[in-house]
Amino acid sequence: MKNLIASAATALTALAGGAMADDNYPERPIMLMVSYGAGGATDFQARIVTMTAGNEDALGMPIAIINKPGAGGRVGWNWFAGQAESDGYTLGAYNIPHFIAQSIEGGVSYSADSFEPIANWGADPAVFVVAADSEFNSMNDVVDYAAANPGKLTFSGAGLFVGHHIAALQLEKAAGVKLAYIPNNQGGAGAMKAVIAGEVLGGVNNLSDAFRAREAGNVKILGVFDLERNDFLPDVPTLMEQGFDIDNSSVNFRGVMVPKGTPQPIIDKLAEVVPTMFANGRVASKMKAGGSPMHIMTRDEVIEMWMAREAALKELLAGL
Amino acid sequence: MDFLAYFGDVFTPINFGLLLIGTVGGLLLGATPGLSPTMAVALLIPFTFKLEPAQGLILLGAAYTSTVAGGAVSAILLKIPGAPANIATTLDGHTMAKKGQGARALQLSFLASAVGGVFGVFLLIFLTPVLAQWALAFGPSHLFWLAILGVTVIGTLDSSSVVKGLLSGCIGLWLATVGFDDIMGAQRFIFHDAVSGGINVIPALIGLFAIPQVIGMFANGRRSLDAEILTVEPHPISKAFGEVFSRLRALSIGTITGSIIGLIPGVGGQIAGLVAYDQSKKMSPERDKFGTGHSEGVIAAESANNAMVGPSLVPLLTLSIPGSPTAAVLLGGLLIHGIFPGSDLFDNHPDVAWTFINSMLIGQILMCIFGLYVAGLAARVAQVPNAVMAAVVLGLAVFGSYSVQHSMGDVYVMAALGTGMYFLERFGFSAAPLVLGLILGPIAEANFVQGSMIANATSSIGSYFFTGPLNLALIAIVVASIGYSVWLELRQRRHTAKDEAVAKKEAIS
Repeated sequence: MKNLIASAATALTALAGGAMADDNYPERPIMLMVSYGAGGATDFQARIVTMTAGNEDALGMPIAIINKPGAGGRVGWNWFAGQAESDGYTLGAYNIPHFIAQSIEGGVSYSADSFEPIANWGADPAVFVVAADSEFNSMNDVVDYAAANPGKLTFSGAGLFVGHHIAALQLEKAAGVKLAYIPNNQGGAGAMKAVIAGEVLGGVNNLSDAFRAREAGNVKILGVFDLERNDFLPDVPTLMEQGFDIDNSSVNFRGVMVPKGTPQPIIDKLAEVVPTMFANGRVASKMKAGGSPMHIMTRDEVIEMWMAREAALKELLAGL
Repeated sequence: MDFLAYFGDVFTPINFGLLLIGTVGGLLLGATPGLSPTMAVALLIPFTFKLEPAQGLILLGAAYTSTVAGGAVSAILLKIPGAPANIATTLDGHTMAKKGQGARALQLSFLASAVGGVFGVFLLIFLTPVLAQWALAFGPSHLFWLAILGVTVIGTLDSSSVVKGLLSGCIGLWLATVGFDDIMGAQRFIFHDAVSGGINVIPALIGLFAIPQVIGMFANGRRSLDAEILTVEPHPISKAFGEVFSRLRALSIGTITGSIIGLIPGVGGQIAGLVAYDQSKKMSPERDKFGTGHSEGVIAAESANNAMVGPSLVPLLTLSIPGSPTAAVLLGGLLIHGIFPGSDLFDNHPDVAWTFINSMLIGQILMCIFGLYVAGLAARVAQVPNAVMAAVVLGLAVFGSYSVQHSMGDVYVMAALGTGMYFLERFGFSAAPLVLGLILGPIAEANFVQGSMIANATSSIGSYFFTGPLNLALIAIVVASIGYSVWLELRQRRHTAKDEAVAKKEAIS
């Protein structure tokens, strides 16, 4: 009997607490952890998509960005899985496929199960770039060169176990050639510099950065690692169109999540409000101005996408 | 001469007001330990959302230039370098301040900053297309040799002997390997969560420089309280002008070294000040005075770290590649307004580009005027009793380390490194070479790994690292630098080793 009363009481407080959290949340400013440095693409986009959080029709409270960079995002996500408070006032930005690939590779204290997705704001596909004066004009030129010179086609990317690396692995597998992927320690910007300066023959890079580099006349873009062509680059064919069986596993999805254990009412409230916040017209115009492709997805869609990505990556990385 | 046509835009009331806010605010932010120029500029980005593109960039440009100079204030007065750029400034600047010459040190540093800064911006204005090619010329093998060149500086930098300098440099190199490695993601020496991201340079800097002196102050306790009533000498600004321009050697070495190093993406301003300090020490007839409050040391270090500001933006403005973390933040500031930097930036948005560059030019001068104005007042910090000072410095050290990434782990790292450094200093080791090792380690390592991966795929490691004019030139400079250090050491060993050891001991106790 005592137990029953106790559990009933607990249930009641939990209910009341839940209801209260639902009604009053958020009562104070919210923090969004970004596991890359200030000025990077993820940080830059996170600042734009959260700028209207303080509006009455959004959360009514501002969102502050906290950067926890290091080790390709592992430091920030380790902190988010282990030490972040699950009270709804600590949000995190996720990058797919980065954190899932890292959790499969091992050595980190998180996996897709450590986090609860809220909503997705952007999808930045990987593209293959070569310097503006390169002799390569299509992906077939690149693959022919690699077939004739196995292991000698050097191309840069932002690091190991990030979208660029996944794209590189997919290309090797689909074309059946051996390539020399050179991970860069300074992210996409460093990898792009290596291509423009001619240190490497080509590179995998973010669509948004490659778009800018092409506008500046520094690179040619030979292919998009996605299922369909991108609005920013309607003239660039996908890898699939050029005869390589490559899907969208390397597309860099960015969105917001909370740590596991965050109260369900808060998750529900965030899942309802955050996508509408991303859809704000001012956000869209700033994102477009910055050359960052938007792709808004709801919580349910993101859960599905995470599961699909995890299965695909497990298969791709199994041979490594 | 396009830039002259847009000079008027800087002086419209709103723009000039923003320039003033950016400059004064930047100086204050820069003087706060832990707030690096990158952080300061990132903090200001949200304020530019509502401004016109040109106005937003004026604010950011002014803040960038003045935070770099502002870092000298805490370096000189508190011996806490605000950013890696200001490490070399502590070596002579803080010694001056302890002698009551804080006003002189600050005036020299602001004047030298302005001279270096203006020169750097002029390089940006006139030579951008040429410099852009130069910035691209540095591939992994060249950056590797450049980092090795930096390592050779370690031996002669602020130590009682070359051996101790090299040893502390090695400790720095070892500390640099802690954490996940940059390229392969391997875990190294991670015994605690606080260091899983590696040792962040800013908390390390604060700990290594500030904590030993705090412990020293506590250790000396009250007995020195009564004895040391310091008179802060007022220093007329005209005298500072005379001094800066009579030290032309240090000024030109600092300015030129800073401009060249600032240009190279990825190495940037972190080591400009230290390399310039070391070069002017080696070339000065009064090299023995370096480290004892010598004006050449302050002038070389500060002119170098502001000279790097202009050239560090060249890769960003012409190639759309941010060459430094601060440039990456500025890139965000441009993108938000739909401006894509690139070779056609000056054709498509001349009003924005030139107004931005002009504002950095005027910002340098405003920063200098404001800095000179407060130098006399700020120098009075040296009169604060040791007990109070120790508490204030300790508070700022904790605050500064925490604020970098809101992490208590960084505070522990700061405290641990600082305590270790206190004991190392008692044995004649010094913090500057250790920090240099910490900064250069990752640059040398990452570029060696990348270079050898490229070399393995294309040619051989030997031909990749040892052929080509730029590689050979850098190797020649490395050999010359080591040879010169050895020669100096051999020549001076008998006379100085003992004296210096005694002087160090006195300075510590």
